[in-house]
Amino acid sequence: MASDQARMLEAARAEPLWPRPPLWATLAGAAIAALLLVFPFVFTATFHHHLLILICLYALMAQSWNVIAGLSGQISLGHAIFFGIGAYASTVLFAKYGITPWFGLLAGMFISALAAIAIGIPTLRLKGHYFAIATLLIGSSVQIIFQRWEWVGAASGLYVPIVRAQPWLYLQFHASKVPYYYLALGAAAAAYLIVWKLRRSRLGFRLQAVRDEPEAAASLGIAVAKHKVLAFMISAAMMSVAGTFYAQYVLVLDPERLFSVDISIIVVLMTVLGGTGTLWGPALGAAILVPLSEYSRIWLGGTGRTIDLFVYGILILLICMWRPAGLLSLFEERIRRRGGQR
Amino acid sequence: MSMLLDVKGLTKRFGGLTANADITFDVKRGEILGIIGPNGAGKSTLFDLITGFQPPDAGEVFLDGRRITGLRPDLVSALGVARTFQKLKPFPDLTVIENVIVGALARTAHMRAARDAALESLAFVDLLEKRNHFARELSTGQRKRLELARGLATQPRLILMDEVTGGVDQRTIPGLVELVLELKRRGVTIVTIEHNMQVMMRIADRILALHAGRRIAFGAPEEVRKDAAVVDAYLGSAADAA
Repeated sequence: MASDQARMLEAARAEPLWPRPPLWATLAGAAIAALLLVFPFVFTATFHHHLLILICLYALMAQSWNVIAGLSGQISLGHAIFFGIGAYASTVLFAKYGITPWFGLLAGMFISALAAIAIGIPTLRLKGHYFAIATLLIGSSVQIIFQRWEWVGAASGLYVPIVRAQPWLYLQFHASKVPYYYLALGAAAAAYLIVWKLRRSRLGFRLQAVRDEPEAAASLGIAVAKHKVLAFMISAAMMSVAGTFYAQYVLVLDPERLFSVDISIIVVLMTVLGGTGTLWGPALGAAILVPLSEYSRIWLGGTGRTIDLFVYGILILLICMWRPAGLLSLFEERIRRRGGQR
Repeated sequence: MSMLLDVKGLTKRFGGLTANADITFDVKRGEILGIIGPNGAGKSTLFDLITGFQPPDAGEVFLDGRRITGLRPDLVSALGVARTFQKLKPFPDLTVIENVIVGALARTAHMRAARDAALESLAFVDLLEKRNHFARELSTGQRKRLELARGLATQPRLILMDEVTGGVDQRTIPGLVELVLELKRRGVTIVTIEHNMQVMMRIADRILALHAGRRIAFGAPEEVRKDAAVVDAYLGSAADAA
């Protein structure tokens, strides 16, 4: 009996630290990565580039929400705050001081992380739905502040001054959308790589422990409140990156749009659809919902403005009924189980 | 030599109810201290006060001579105190091994070291086979073992166990008792809440008896068992219930 245990322990120690994904998953991943890399040369229509840029940005935004909600279990309904901060930080620095948006990107991440501390310290102590309610209300307040703030253009917003020289320094590409596509793809890829690493780190494990059972987490030496705030900071900084790239892409800041509840909600819908707490769920959700929204806008024109939300609603309803853990949860669970042993 | 745990006059009130009234006891290094008492005697509240989950209204807690009264739970844990919960709290969406890795990460930031320590801990509670199951899939007895393994992975000096044999089927009790005794042999000091008197008489070096939030007896198991107040309050009511 004792030697049985010893043998089993030896065998378990010899296992890889992380379960290897099955071959089909590796192949599918490689195929998708290759497709994404050559996409602009295969599909040359500007609209397709636009579509993929949005998918990448939304995949990044949904992953950002997934860090706070999926990993640490705190539902934020005010994520547009950080999207807006990212957009404003780079644009204000460039429009008023001529500072490159690359620096603005970092400044936005930093300010967003600070904002996450300021919002998170008082609100993340609250149990239950209070954090969700608080972020929703703070989100609306921040929007109103930016709509009244003369220095940053108040309700009419700001334009990113057009510069044609040194496109990679000023992050403006007027001849083609392809550079924007690679920028967005790179930003999304970096975010997924970081979250992939995070999920395998001590911090990642601790966040999941806080999500599942905060009291048990505390009994194992985890400072619960501090970890929630940390997750919120990481999430906010990621969201801010999407804001900066979005501002450089559309070159106009409209506080009505940037800080809208729509943005806070859409990242929730995408993540829930794809699979909250999974690594690839947010990307899957973005890849489904962005085309849905863009195509419904084309087919239905101005009259179809809200049709996409209608379809989102139905999709979410179906997901809640049939697969509450999201579309991807089935696969990821199988992989974590190491070959589906029961 | 000072005691490993010194509890002096701990008091906790919830509105009009006094859950713990002026409770004093100590725990020697390497011993198993059993806590008995009927439901509502204040046993779990006492654990919450010692481990920082609730602040006491009065009284002091010393760990190895250091005052830890009202310290946050994570800081108490960092000083080498682990606990299990009466109402079990596994991390349901993590696998069994991942649950225990969270505990092991209290002592190392290195993932492989934490994984290996977690495997040791799981082997100790005989749960290795289930390592890749999700915690939510385990039976009550298995979840108790998991919670024990998770707490042990933090390498505690002192572990507070809330009803390890409660709610598990009879066949698994001897194995759990053996686990507790093996832990003691390894030098871990144990405070255990236990309803099963047979188990308690077998494992405890000393027993603290509570009733209605008060200490009614404290001492060697045989003395406590014969104590008139204990017989009246606890064994009497247990006999009635049986």
